Amino acid sequence: MQSGTFHTTYASDVSLRPYWPQRIRIVIVLALALIFPWFADRYWLNLANTIAIAAIGAIGLNILVGYTGQISIGHGGFLAVGAYTAGMMAVHLGAPMWITIPVASLFTAAVGAFFGLPSLRLKGLYLAIATLASQEIIIWVLTHGKLLGIGESLSLPRASNNLFGLPLDRLGNNDFAFYWVCLVALILTVIFVSNLFRTRAGRAFVAIRDQDIAAQVIGVDLFRYKLLAFATSSFFAGLAGALTAHYRGIISWERFTIDTSILFLAMIIIGGLGSVSGSIYGAAFMTLLPAFLSNLARALSDVVPNINSYLPYMQQGAFGLAIILFLIFEPEGIVKMWRNIKDYFRLWPFSY
Amino acid sequence: MTHRDSVTLPAPQMEIDHIGLSFGGVRALLSVTFNIYPGTIQAIIGPNGAGKTSLLNCISGLYRPQQGQIRFEGRNIIGMPPHQIARLGIARSFQNIELFRHMTVVDNLMLGRHIHMRSGIFSGGLYWGRAQREEVEHRAFVEQVIDLLEIQSIRKKMVGALSYGLQKRVELGRALAMNPRLLLLDEPMAGMNTEEKEDMARFILDINEEYGTTIVLIEHDMGVVMDISDRVAVLEFGQLIAYGTPAEVRSDPKVIDAYLGREHAMPRM
Repeated sequence: MQSGTFHTTYASDVSLRPYWPQRIRIVIVLALALIFPWFADRYWLNLANTIAIAAIGAIGLNILVGYTGQISIGHGGFLAVGAYTAGMMAVHLGAPMWITIPVASLFTAAVGAFFGLPSLRLKGLYLAIATLASQEIIIWVLTHGKLLGIGESLSLPRASNNLFGLPLDRLGNNDFAFYWVCLVALILTVIFVSNLFRTRAGRAFVAIRDQDIAAQVIGVDLFRYKLLAFATSSFFAGLAGALTAHYRGIISWERFTIDTSILFLAMIIIGGLGSVSGSIYGAAFMTLLPAFLSNLARALSDVVPNINSYLPYMQQGAFGLAIILFLIFEPEGIVKMWRNIKDYFRLWPFSY
Repeated sequence: MTHRDSVTLPAPQMEIDHIGLSFGGVRALLSVTFNIYPGTIQAIIGPNGAGKTSLLNCISGLYRPQQGQIRFEGRNIIGMPPHQIARLGIARSFQNIELFRHMTVVDNLMLGRHIHMRSGIFSGGLYWGRAQREEVEHRAFVEQVIDLLEIQSIRKKMVGALSYGLQKRVELGRALAMNPRLLLLDEPMAGMNTEEKEDMARFILDINEEYGTTIVLIEHDMGVVMDISDRVAVLEFGQLIAYGTPAEVRSDPKVIDAYLGREHAMPRM
């Protein structure tokens, strides 16, 4: 009797989901994702879209921080580059989103590679401070952008929400229509990044994180791959930023400050560094936590008057608490907790 | 083991030509000159701090010597960045294991194939056509290395979780996966027990015979060095004090001085 999964070809051995329970789980998750919008109201659709966009951004940051080991606190700036590029193309050129989103992502990748230049000399905390500088430079350009013809805030024409000639309004309300756009973008991102990290370039990124000297000696060009990591990471930041711009319709620089950069760092730390699924869990956690707290506050408003005025402080406190608790009890994040649960059931009823 | 006659030597594969390296006032290497011949096993020995590892770092491009040239197959490699030197076919292992600890053994070895693969971010992310074909092709090569080094049972294990001896073996495997023409091993047997040392010596001889790879190793175990090397270079305080076959080196009075101290070498009455 066969007592395990045996691979007879290297191709099956390197496949991403080799076991049938994993494949069934993927099908179930996809089916739920397809059913969800038909039952959810706009509040939940909005949350789902926010999570999907945040997850794309978090996956992007994880490529740089979790996989390549280059600490960045400039991710908010790159989201802003994506959002403003898409926004300006929509406003000034009247370009539809199926053009603005790819162009904005590519442009952000180029900007990211440029701001990644210090990484060739700097490591660790020193690099973090350099990326902080890039964050501030980008925000400065946006707030003083009249020279470059950038307004501090932009409002995108509704007509730009158009996919290959199909106006998104045709699909239903804004939240419902964008659910599909965000879902497809997230699925493509997940597939691309998962594939990336089982092939040559992705392995080189991880090699740089684990042992940069050994990586050089086996032939990895540090210069090239660090810049590629910044570019790839920023590409997805640009994608998330451009999606935000079209989904919200209005963008302003306040959405992309250092707070956003730190929020994204918190997402990947809580979700799991160096993990695609962890990025999604982290994005969901950090989006649902404030929503949960404000619902809680509403429920308690009869008992505790004025609770709504404390809400912002409660949310910030909860963020801080969540990060500290994760760092202490599960530094490897939600993805590791999920793995522990799966291991427990796989071995059940034995504990070893 | 056949020791080659110094009269009929082939053209050297690598010429280390008057290499001088200093860190500020500290002179690590002083005009070191010797040749490395293709298909041989050559040892570099010497007391701690003699400059052995510094010399390997000069060869693999991590240090840039101030004087001299290192020519690999006729081409000066001083000033080339490490990844380009790797592309020429020079691989190495490190004294303190420098593996990618959070990756599996297979992934570590696949990184050894990096210079022979082509796919980039885009084709890798799409995992279509070339990237997919390449993964399978190079995996087959990596499996040969796994067979040679007898590490089949740990191929999917995380490297960080392996024992010291196995990590040393995986590191040799990663260098070997590069299919190098010149393999530099920095103390491949340090901290091993006799059995592990014998295994490692056997692997080194196998690699040399099966692939014809030139091997340069730094080693402190004189028994192993004298047994498996064709030629030995002896460094002391950054200077080459002897170079030749194991028999020549063993009887060289300067080597005896360096290892045993002058008093012992003097005749006692």
